[in-house]
Amino acid sequence: MDFNDTPEEAAFRAEVRTFLDSVATRKSDPQDSWDKNLKNEAEGIEIAKKWQHTLHENGWACLHWPKEYGGRAASQIERVIWDQEEGQYLVPKGFFMIGLGMAGPTIMTYGNDEQKARHLPTLASSEKIWCQLFSEPVAGSDLAGIRTKSEKDGDDWIINGQKIWTSGAHYSDWGILVTRSDATVAKHKGMTYFMVDMKSPGVEVRPIKQITGGSGFNEVFFTDVRIPDSQRLGAVGDGWNVALATLMNERVAVGERKGGDVLELIELAKNVNINGKPAIEDGAVRAKLAKWYTEFSGLKFTRFRSISAMSRGEVPGPENSIGKLVGAAKSQDMAEFAMMLMDRAGMINDKEIAPFSAMFQQTFMQSPSGRIAGGTDEILRNVVAERVLGLPQEPRSDKGMPYNEIPTGTMK
Amino acid sequence: MNFEFSDNQKLLKDQANKFLADKCPLTTVRNILEGDEPYDKELWSDIANMGWTAAVIPEEFEGLGLGYLELCMIAEEMGRSLAPVPFSSSVYLATEALLLSGSLEQKEQYLPKLAAGELIGTVADAEGYGSTTAEGYSVTFKNGRLTGEKIPVIDGDVADFAVVAANGGNGTSLYLVNLSEASIAKEVLSTLDPSRSQARLTFNNTPAQLLGEDGKGAAALEKVFDHAAVLFAFEQIGAAEAALDAAKDYAMNRYAFGRSIASFQAMKHKMADMFVALELARSNCYYGAWALSTGDSELPVAAATARVSATKAMYECAKENIQIHGGMGFTWEFDCHFFYRRSKLLADNLGSQSLWEEKLISRVIASTEA
Repeated sequence: MDFNDTPEEAAFRAEVRTFLDSVATRKSDPQDSWDKNLKNEAEGIEIAKKWQHTLHENGWACLHWPKEYGGRAASQIERVIWDQEEGQYLVPKGFFMIGLGMAGPTIMTYGNDEQKARHLPTLASSEKIWCQLFSEPVAGSDLAGIRTKSEKDGDDWIINGQKIWTSGAHYSDWGILVTRSDATVAKHKGMTYFMVDMKSPGVEVRPIKQITGGSGFNEVFFTDVRIPDSQRLGAVGDGWNVALATLMNERVAVGERKGGDVLELIELAKNVNINGKPAIEDGAVRAKLAKWYTEFSGLKFTRFRSISAMSRGEVPGPENSIGKLVGAAKSQDMAEFAMMLMDRAGMINDKEIAPFSAMFQQTFMQSPSGRIAGGTDEILRNVVAERVLGLPQEPRSDKGMPYNEIPTGTMK
Repeated sequence: MNFEFSDNQKLLKDQANKFLADKCPLTTVRNILEGDEPYDKELWSDIANMGWTAAVIPEEFEGLGLGYLELCMIAEEMGRSLAPVPFSSSVYLATEALLLSGSLEQKEQYLPKLAAGELIGTVADAEGYGSTTAEGYSVTFKNGRLTGEKIPVIDGDVADFAVVAANGGNGTSLYLVNLSEASIAKEVLSTLDPSRSQARLTFNNTPAQLLGEDGKGAAALEKVFDHAAVLFAFEQIGAAEAALDAAKDYAMNRYAFGRSIASFQAMKHKMADMFVALELARSNCYYGAWALSTGDSELPVAAATARVSATKAMYECAKENIQIHGGMGFTWEFDCHFFYRRSKLLADNLGSQSLWEEKLISRVIASTEA
């Protein structure tokens, strides 16, 4: 039992570090971020594309892709090492995760030669940014319940409907899209998967204003959007399986969560008073901190177990599925508690005034999304119960029923 | 990174699992719980024959000289089986106290017999209700003799000797006491978990010898408890997993409203939460095992972390196992109550959860200021 790299991992890490040192600036402060002085998003995209171009030229752009498509065929553990090292430099992140991580591998599996030749090179070079058009207002946890309609019209398909929670739709060139092509068969059977040019006529992207006031996601409306049949991925009616292939490629998340954790909360508790003495001396406060510390530590060492599994060439086990379930709820509860320690001033979210530049106030407003996005707490508990503990699924009222006969509610 | 037990260690765990499944099914626990015997003597001698009592004792004292990682694997299986034997008292507490504080002569006297399972040891620390502070022991040591009362002492009625924390004039010290001394009054206590024995020991001018440095007993005991905390935590996750498995098996096979109750999300989510508590505790236990086996300076934080999260996990799994069994879980006939009882025994045996939470947070704060 140790925390050291194997000789091969150490060699890979050294290679990564040598490369990054030659092309990027190492952070002097771990909290430093590449985007803190950005004027706008367009500038960020420009910098990100340039960086991705540098990676591509040097063979580091799509680590996990097979060599025949310009990748390095990197193992899971090598991807983790890359992320750990890259995180120490002032370089842009994001923008290309959907394309390189999800669209690319799906095209490799389901695309024909022509589709591969058309898309994989521009994905690898990150010339094109991709987004994921899966969720709908009435189909989130029940993804196979999507309504967006695709109808065959000659050599084209006509798309009508609405997608939601689409990160980056407004700056993406391409999207991966699942649609309902046949509503008369069971819901998993009547779906078809496309690649859509986001600049097509009839595609309208509207930002969603969140409870934080910011807009990290979009709604995407499709009105008589024409997609040539040559942009269909997989067989007509086989869209569910293609979508599953995409979702299989969602990254194994072993990164640490950002935002305030228990050590920051301890700092805060030292600096605010309860009844005339520092909160850190209060027994009730200490008991809460101890509880959160065990969760913080438990998640950290659960990540270490996952990384160890990857180091042995295994897929991380069920333990990896608990990270978001525990971490998201903990963030929310700790933020609420931190604000309680601040007493009446806890409501102040002015970064110039509030402790830690209002980090806890931001987390309080942001954290509800952590418990929803990427699988709600409830769905994750089902995942643990079914895939880890082997418990049966709930009977489904719509099983085998033609899609157009499935009951729908009044909520849109 | 290799934050995992080795194949050999897992093999040892697997053997321990099979051995205990064979020698210590829950009927064995029930026999002790319901009967007059304080522990299962046959099982104890079988365990000693397996060499488990000798695991971390060095070969020069006739032990096996294995590492703590191996002992953690055994502990997890001991916990899973709820074995009704004084293993934790003798191996995690008394043996550790001698290894950490014993003189060469004391080690030569005790360790070979502890290794063989011929001697059973325990630690006598608690003095009644509330937590015992390092300064506040009422048991005193004077002119080579101990006087005063310890209650409760786990396995105090079956142990051959005890490591007793007492006030020796220069502060707290530890003392070795032969429990067959006639001057000791022993009273077996009625407790919530009769599958393990506890006693009141009253010393009356009882001969005792100093263990470790005079006046340094509080720090020495804290170290013993940190070692034991990791090993107890492994017992706790073993038992927690057994309770979760029992809940799962029952729910899968119990039907209501025309289907397995395990298919209801209310049940699934409950069991998912049990699993989450267990996994967090397991990861913290691995951290504790690493720190214990390497003697790392993080051990005080790691041990307290493992302890607090394993205590929580076992309580959660034990109480929800009863809940999932419904009314059947409340019957004497079903085994659910064994886990519930043991969860409290293991939680309180080294000092309560709130005591360990306080240790944890004060150690974490100290480490952030270091």
